Amino acid sequence: MRTLVCVKRVPMTGGKMVLTADGQALETKHLGFTISPHEECAVEEAVRIGGEVVVLTLGPAEAEEQLRDCMAIGADRGILLKTSEEWDAQSTAGAIVDAIRGEEAFDLILFGNESADAAGFQVGIRVAHALGLPVVTGLKKIEVGEGRVRCERDVGGARDVYEAPLPAVLTVLEGLNLPRYPSVPGRLRAKSKPLAVVEPARPEQKLEKLRLVVPEGQGKQAEVLEDAAQVVAVMQSLGVA
Amino acid sequence: MILVYVDSDELSAQAVGFARTLGDLHAVTFAGPYQPTAWAKALAAQDADAIVAAGSDRGNELLAHVGAILDQPFAANVIAIDGDMVTRVRWGGSLLEEARLHGAPKLLTVAPHTQPAAEIGDVETLDAPDDGSPKVLERVEESSGGVSLRDAKVVVSGGRGVGSAEGFAIIEELAGLLGAAVGCSRVVTSAGWRPHADQVGQTGTKISADLYVACGISGATQHIAGAKGAKKILAINTDPEAPIFASADYAVIGDLHEVVPAISAELKRVRG
Ligand SMILES: Cc1cc2nc3c(=O)[nH]c(=O)nc-3n(C[C@H](O)[C@H](O)[C@H](O)COP(=O)(O)OP(=O)(O)OC[C@H]3O[C@@H](n4cnc5c(N)ncnc54)[C@H](O)[C@@H]3O)c2cc1C
Ligand SMILES: Cc1cc2nc3c(=O)[nH]c(=O)nc-3n(C[C@H](O)[C@H](O)[C@H](O)COP(=O)(O)OP(=O)(O)OC[C@H]3O[C@@H](n4cnc5c(N)ncnc54)[C@H](O)[C@@H]3O)c2cc1C
Repeated sequence: MRTLVCVKRVPMTGGKMVLTADGQALETKHLGFTISPHEECAVEEAVRIGGEVVVLTLGPAEAEEQLRDCMAIGADRGILLKTSEEWDAQSTAGAIVDAIRGEEAFDLILFGNESADAAGFQVGIRVAHALGLPVVTGLKKIEVGEGRVRCERDVGGARDVYEAPLPAVLTVLEGLNLPRYPSVPGRLRAKSKPLAVVEPARPEQKLEKLRLVVPEGQGKQAEVLEDAAQVVAVMQSLGVA
Repeated sequence: MILVYVDSDELSAQAVGFARTLGDLHAVTFAGPYQPTAWAKALAAQDADAIVAAGSDRGNELLAHVGAILDQPFAANVIAIDGDMVTRVRWGGSLLEEARLHGAPKLLTVAPHTQPAAEIGDVETLDAPDDGSPKVLERVEESSGGVSLRDAKVVVSGGRGVGSAEGFAIIEELAGLLGAAVGCSRVVTSAGWRPHADQVGQTGTKISADLYVACGISGATQHIAGAKGAKKILAINTDPEAPIFASADYAVIGDLHEVVPAISAELKRVRG
């Protein structure tokens, strides 16, 4: 079994979105970085399925940090598609496809259903089409069988069941599993696991980000309630108590 | 012609409302088990100036397939369009992006609950031959344990401040008195105190309650992304500077371990 997991480095924003002066990006000077919870579950699932697990990201040199985090919970090696530019979803998928073509075939290629920040809902599907592989998205359960995978997706009060032959592309959601915390020995081992660095060239952008805007409505003035009687009075006035 | 994929849901009615502003509309759907790749092939084969769907699980999935098939860009969760310029949602709605969408046909989905719904009108059922790609084999109904988080009128939620799985007893008691669903933050699900099905937020459930009661939750943007569909938010937090208060309508500054049981007691008292 060989599994590839694609992850994206994103800032860990706190209680407020703060932009750089040019409106081109989030101000990340005081922020840590992470990957989407969906992608954390993808890495955890790959490690549980077993066999060789490779993690890949397209991002800046610092994204090595996120690949090492994934290796700390059990991925075997990393591929960093290093770039200092921003790529749209189409070209991100293209770069991932090129990287996959340069590798021995994978049985499973896992993605998050959508990235934490740009949330284009598409990179996994584009990669599947380019490679001619079946794809099932938005999964909360995966069972790998002999040459096939059975998977389930939540559809509000019910679960839809799909099956696909391997190799396949799957995109997953948080709730698929409960990812482990990296152990200290896991972190130490991760430091010496192999990391391949490739610098792809960016093609012309077709969904071209111009600027970011913080939506209105942040910064309400909450009415302070002093005791339980006031809370219940509010609940009654809202018709919920 | 603007091609719109519709389901029988409220979000499709909103997508239709948005698409009508773009031009002549042709609404289509499919019969039989959901087969995203096959359905997308049928959509991609239509001669359209734009292909639009709701920013639902299916809408986003189908349009991504269409984008891959036609090798065209796809803008998910758009809230406004003017020629090539689109405004779309990032970070579950905590941030907006203005972008130029090149390519034809224009492929986009409409961000949920950002547009008024419209009458869907006539819908053509397109033919989508089974191409052997993955499709829904069966639908397993889940035994619903109480009020669903997504549709609940009231949600009472706990965060790190609750302190433990056992700590949720007081949250459950208040929820029970209000006929509310219990929710939580990601810190709580990551710690294993509650199942992920209870998580409110960008990567959890987006609620639409009349009242959201957030107990011991700081108000991270990713949490608010799931809570802001609530009409009113009441936050209970020991820290008067907690960011949640900037999203709340009502604030109780205090220890939830005292405040929550006091609210339950008061509810019981006024009800006699
Ligand atoms: C230097 C640099 C700066 C950037 N700045 C920004 C920025 O300010 N704001 C912003 O929102 N985006 C930024 N991007 C990212 C870029 O816009 C997106 O990666 C691209 O648009 C992918 O689309 P998506 O995030 O919508 O993917 P989706 O289709 O939503 O992602 C689905 C899944 O695809 C995989 N995936 C997505 N992107 C990558 C990736 N890069 N590497 C590996 N797997 C991936 C993940 O598994 C993800 O869960 C930047 C990228 C670079 C390199
Ligand atoms: C891509 C991404 C997606 C995410 N998706 C989600 C998501 O879907 N949902 C989600 O919730 N989070 C999500 N997160 C995590 C989010 O960023 C926060 O880490 C999380 O919401 C914090 O949970 P919390 O408020 O319970 O904990 P904390 O931030 O630690 O806050 C605890 C709060 O409790 C208060 N408190 C402590 N003790 C008491 C007491 N006795 N009485 C009253 N108040 C008390 C404190 O003052 C503090 O404000 C996501 C993060 C990322 C990066």
